[in-house]
Amino acid sequence: MHYALDYYMEKTIDLINTRIRDGNARVVRADQMPDIVDELGVEGALREVDVVTTGTFGAMCSSGAFFNFGHADPPIRMEKVWMNEVEAYAGIAAVDAYLGATQKSETQGISYGGAHVLEDLVAGNAIRLRAQSKGTDCYPRKTLEIELNMEDMNQATMVNPRNSYQSYVAASNTSDRTLYTYMGTLLANAGNISYSGAGCLSPIPNDPNLRVIGSGVPIFLCGAEGMIIGEGTQASPGNGFATLMTTGNMKDMSTDFLRAATFRGYNSTLYVGLGVPIPILDEDMVRRTAVRDEDLKTTIADYGVPNRDRPTLCDVTYAELKSGHVELNGEDVKTSSLSSYKKALEVADELKSWVESGRMILASPTRRLDTTKTSHPMRDRARAPQVRDIMTTSIVTISEDESIRTAAKRLLEGETNHLPVLDSANRLVGIVTTFDITKGVASDGKGVTVRDIMTKRVVYTSPTETVDVATRKLEQHNIGALPVVDENGKLIGILSAIDLGKLFERGWKR
Amino acid sequence: MKLLVTFSRRDVKQPLIAQTVKDTGVLINVERAHVESKGGELLIDIPDKDTKIITDAMEKAGARVKQIEASVIRDETECVNCGACISVCPQDVLFFDETWTLCVDTSKCVLCGKCVDACPHQALSLLP
Repeated sequence: MHYALDYYMEKTIDLINTRIRDGNARVVRADQMPDIVDELGVEGALREVDVVTTGTFGAMCSSGAFFNFGHADPPIRMEKVWMNEVEAYAGIAAVDAYLGATQKSETQGISYGGAHVLEDLVAGNAIRLRAQSKGTDCYPRKTLEIELNMEDMNQATMVNPRNSYQSYVAASNTSDRTLYTYMGTLLANAGNISYSGAGCLSPIPNDPNLRVIGSGVPIFLCGAEGMIIGEGTQASPGNGFATLMTTGNMKDMSTDFLRAATFRGYNSTLYVGLGVPIPILDEDMVRRTAVRDEDLKTTIADYGVPNRDRPTLCDVTYAELKSGHVELNGEDVKTSSLSSYKKALEVADELKSWVESGRMILASPTRRLDTTKTSHPMRDRARAPQVRDIMTTSIVTISEDESIRTAAKRLLEGETNHLPVLDSANRLVGIVTTFDITKGVASDGKGVTVRDIMTKRVVYTSPTETVDVATRKLEQHNIGALPVVDENGKLIGILSAIDLGKLFERGWKR
Repeated sequence: MKLLVTFSRRDVKQPLIAQTVKDTGVLINVERAHVESKGGELLIDIPDKDTKIITDAMEKAGARVKQIEASVIRDETECVNCGACISVCPQDVLFFDETWTLCVDTSKCVLCGKCVDACPHQALSLLP
């Protein structure tokens, strides 16, 4: 019976909760709201809809759980704790620990991480708890090893310091190498695009001003009735990247909505299903929840640039990302979602049934989140060392037409193992190493000039590249030196493994 | 029909594909090739009706031929239908239906394995 609303164009949480208790609340999924508003108008939708349910199901690395294992006899103050050989943080009292989803196994590496321990426990599997201590008068025991399952724990409380991102930057890669990242596999030469988030079904895009999403609000978390603690870490609602810190009882969770994963070449992570019920209090809430994927913008960043501030390749909407293809620099590039939209719909549907059946009652935030806040990068006191700080500028080079013998002599004279090769216009066209020369000589004169034996695909660096990035190139390509080429294509130095020692000489603070 | 052809340089002396095409007149589409100094492995696609004639010709030339019926295998209990595999596939084998459920068009698969590496849930595998 909705007649009272002809007089009051606002609804209170109490009114909505009364309807939920009476079994009369009208609940719809967030992705259905735009069409309802188109059909009934804003006023009509306010009259008709009481609660909009949201949902998302994606990789939320910032997840984990607090455990209380109970006291053993004789008791132990656990200083170090491993759960299935994944270390948990035990610097909390005596028998408590926090296990993070991205901590890797000490025996199996990233293929089994904290996330997998959490999934095993939720699936009902026993895990092996191992603990160490130095022993004290009150806690004499020094080691402990035991199998425990979820029921054996006093508490297993999930706490996600940061999840439910308002929006997330999509990723591509313009470098010439396939990258394995937390945004999945990124093919070389912008071969694909990957993105995360459920778009118009995600919680925060339906309440971007954080009017009803705040501390104390009940949520769906991995199949359990959870709660928003407050602002998530790194929250930046001021520029559209709000996050939430959430909690829930793991004993009530289900593997339908909690899954461990491993991103190849990156790490383990936890897929978390999360949904927030949004009460439709007034016309503003109607308009906000009528958001469409077409309205939700993000950018595609170039992960081929290994810096904190990655260049933006283009702007996109979630509608474009979800379509499966995005035009990038005139080419049709396929997109991949890392989060599951099908699962996000299941979360929103499950939450809808909870509210309709009266299992979940709504609550106003006990404390609102600061919507103006923006997060900032780490305060850098010292500039990270760059290639130009340590490169060798007195370079010995050779031209491609000279003989192998001349190259050998020049290597000896220059006391170096790497000779950059220049063409007639002084452009870098190759590199010759002592190994290349040895090979050239051993092959009995098949090659005569430097051109015949040089490596043509030269891996090089730039003067302003950080030493960390250049060092990674040396490791990845298993080489000993990188020619340094400036923005005009001119060879200005060489960075060898020996130069790395200068970092210590000069006492760079890391 | 997809055939997985393996050969060693010791047993196969003549140019395998060229000779087979010349002898049989059947056009062979090489979808994947991995050749090393001692031998190699080829995944080829041919019209179904020519399966026997090609198999016979290649076996006569000293190669081993295996028919590939299935392609990448999806473990439905592990798959969460995220779609991380879709964009890395060079053949459009993987796609969503209208309910956002992942579908696999096995006929297009060339067993490159890119999707296997890209799956965060280790739900995809190639033939044993």
